[in-house]
Amino acid sequence: MQLFSKRKMWHKRPLKDSYDVVIIGAGVHGLSTAYYLAKHGITNVALLDRGYLGGGGSGRTTAILRSNYLTPQGTPFFSESLGIYETLSQELGFNLLFNQMGRLDLGHTESAVFGLRMRTEFNRALGVDSTLVGPEQIKKLAPAIDLRAGKDLPILAAMHHPPSGVIRHDAVVWGLARAVDEGGAEIHTRTEVLGINRSGDQVTGVRTNLGDVRAGVVVNATAGWCSTVAAMVDVLLPITTHPLQAFVTEPLKPFLDVSVSSANLHVYVYQTDRGEVVIGGGVDPYPTYSQGSTLPAAEELAKHALGLFPCLRDVNILRQWTGLCDMTPDYSPIMGEVPGVRGFLVTCGWGTWGFKAAPVAGKRMAELIATGKMPEQIAPFSITRFAEGRLVNERAAAPAGAIH
Amino acid sequence: MSFLLRCPNCGERSVADFRFGGETNVRPAPDASHAQWVDYYYFRKNVSGPRQEWWYHKFGCRRWFLAVRDSRTNEVPQTYWPEDRTGRGGDGASQG
Ligand SMILES: Cc1cc2nc3c(=O)[nH]c(=O)nc-3n(C[C@H](O)[C@H](O)[C@H](O)COP(=O)(O)OP(=O)(O)OC[C@H]3O[C@@H](n4cnc5c(N)ncnc54)[C@H](O)[C@@H]3O)c2cc1C
Ligand SMILES: [Zn+2]
Repeated sequence: MQLFSKRKMWHKRPLKDSYDVVIIGAGVHGLSTAYYLAKHGITNVALLDRGYLGGGGSGRTTAILRSNYLTPQGTPFFSESLGIYETLSQELGFNLLFNQMGRLDLGHTESAVFGLRMRTEFNRALGVDSTLVGPEQIKKLAPAIDLRAGKDLPILAAMHHPPSGVIRHDAVVWGLARAVDEGGAEIHTRTEVLGINRSGDQVTGVRTNLGDVRAGVVVNATAGWCSTVAAMVDVLLPITTHPLQAFVTEPLKPFLDVSVSSANLHVYVYQTDRGEVVIGGGVDPYPTYSQGSTLPAAEELAKHALGLFPCLRDVNILRQWTGLCDMTPDYSPIMGEVPGVRGFLVTCGWGTWGFKAAPVAGKRMAELIATGKMPEQIAPFSITRFAEGRLVNERAAAPAGAIH
Repeated sequence: MSFLLRCPNCGERSVADFRFGGETNVRPAPDASHAQWVDYYYFRKNVSGPRQEWWYHKFGCRRWFLAVRDSRTNEVPQTYWPEDRTGRGGDGASQG
């Protein structure tokens, strides 16, 4: 296995004027879809990205993987994805540095603990390894934690989810890109889709800054920008684009080997293999396409992280950054065809939770494209669920609590 | 990004003083179809560029007003009371 190599990860090829499938967006979802398409023998595929490879949410993620969701639709889906990630390094021959450190979801109020207990029971019923643990066990798993959480919101219990972990997000993007490239599909960066061509209700290709490209299947995998691409075929999505901020501290000696999340405090904390402490939270409360970071967000995150880990008091912040999140009303993704536009598929609504889902989502999107049939595992995430009143509400399982 | 908004009543304040109230869209008639209500309730234009939005001055005069904001830069060229909305620029301004 190799992490760094002089061998080229992918090759720049001339843009052809026709492909079977064009995927807009070369983030982890576009790449994963292309990777699995090759397993169905579909390799006349172009991934088009207007930026650099993995420059969207996939390059800004905090890359926590887990499957402790709430719903009977979401839980098996995320669970399958985690299973694929567990062996993806071997499959790609590329070290993704997956550290299955486990995770604690803290409950600071009776109602939060009730919610965690419910999730734990639902998880166990679906074969997901989660248990409810008390303060003693929490202290054992994370000795640096202040159980009084700054005296404001004492920690009453936590949901412990051992298979959760953190993966090296760049390595996932690079590893998939190399496999996609070797499999025969093409990656075109600095290639912006400006419009989508149609004949009647059938998609016929895309217009780019490098000219027109024909394709009968066009996949919208542009996350935070997915509404702008959907608008090219006059489609509205139930999505708003919100910024999500995070920061990382200078490296410290190892002191924390589990990731810790608090929905009540809107914060999560983990220590990387390099010793840096990554701190993130919930999305900003207003939508924007600006990826600028703000001082108020850093202050909020720092305040809440210090409530949990007072030992971080004198530690310096190294970097702060922001990515765009395509938020849905029910905190679940939107996948599959869009009624009224044949050949236009979406894999979006990945919000603040999408990195962990990329393997299974790509696998099922590829299956949909290859067979023309909506796989049952992702049928609940179809865009038609809003009109049908079948929302898949994962709000309670959102990483750092819902907005507001 | 942090930015400033001009409340038509109180003047320029930090965005942290305000609550975002969504892009403006047209409320269907009570007897509109199910599909129209679904669109109104869930589906958004989510425009990248200038758009008309509702904002509420939470830590101030507690009044709702409209703003044209460029969602790429968070520049807010115009704010005004709902009754003054006609003829303003920004996405959806004429239908909002
Ligand atoms: C700070 C932060 C922390 C996060 N933490 C987690 C986490 O811990 N766990 C988790 O599971 N998820 C997390 N997420 C969410 C996760 O990162 C995203 O859901 C995921 O990376 C989205 O991947 P994607 O491939 O769908 O989109 P992206 O990686 O955003 O890729 C979309 C691409 O589309 C391109 N594009 C846009 N418009 C066009 C156009 N017109 N033409 C061509 N290309 C275009 C962009 O350049 C971009 O590269 C986090 C996100 C952020 C921002
Ligand atoms: Zn005011």
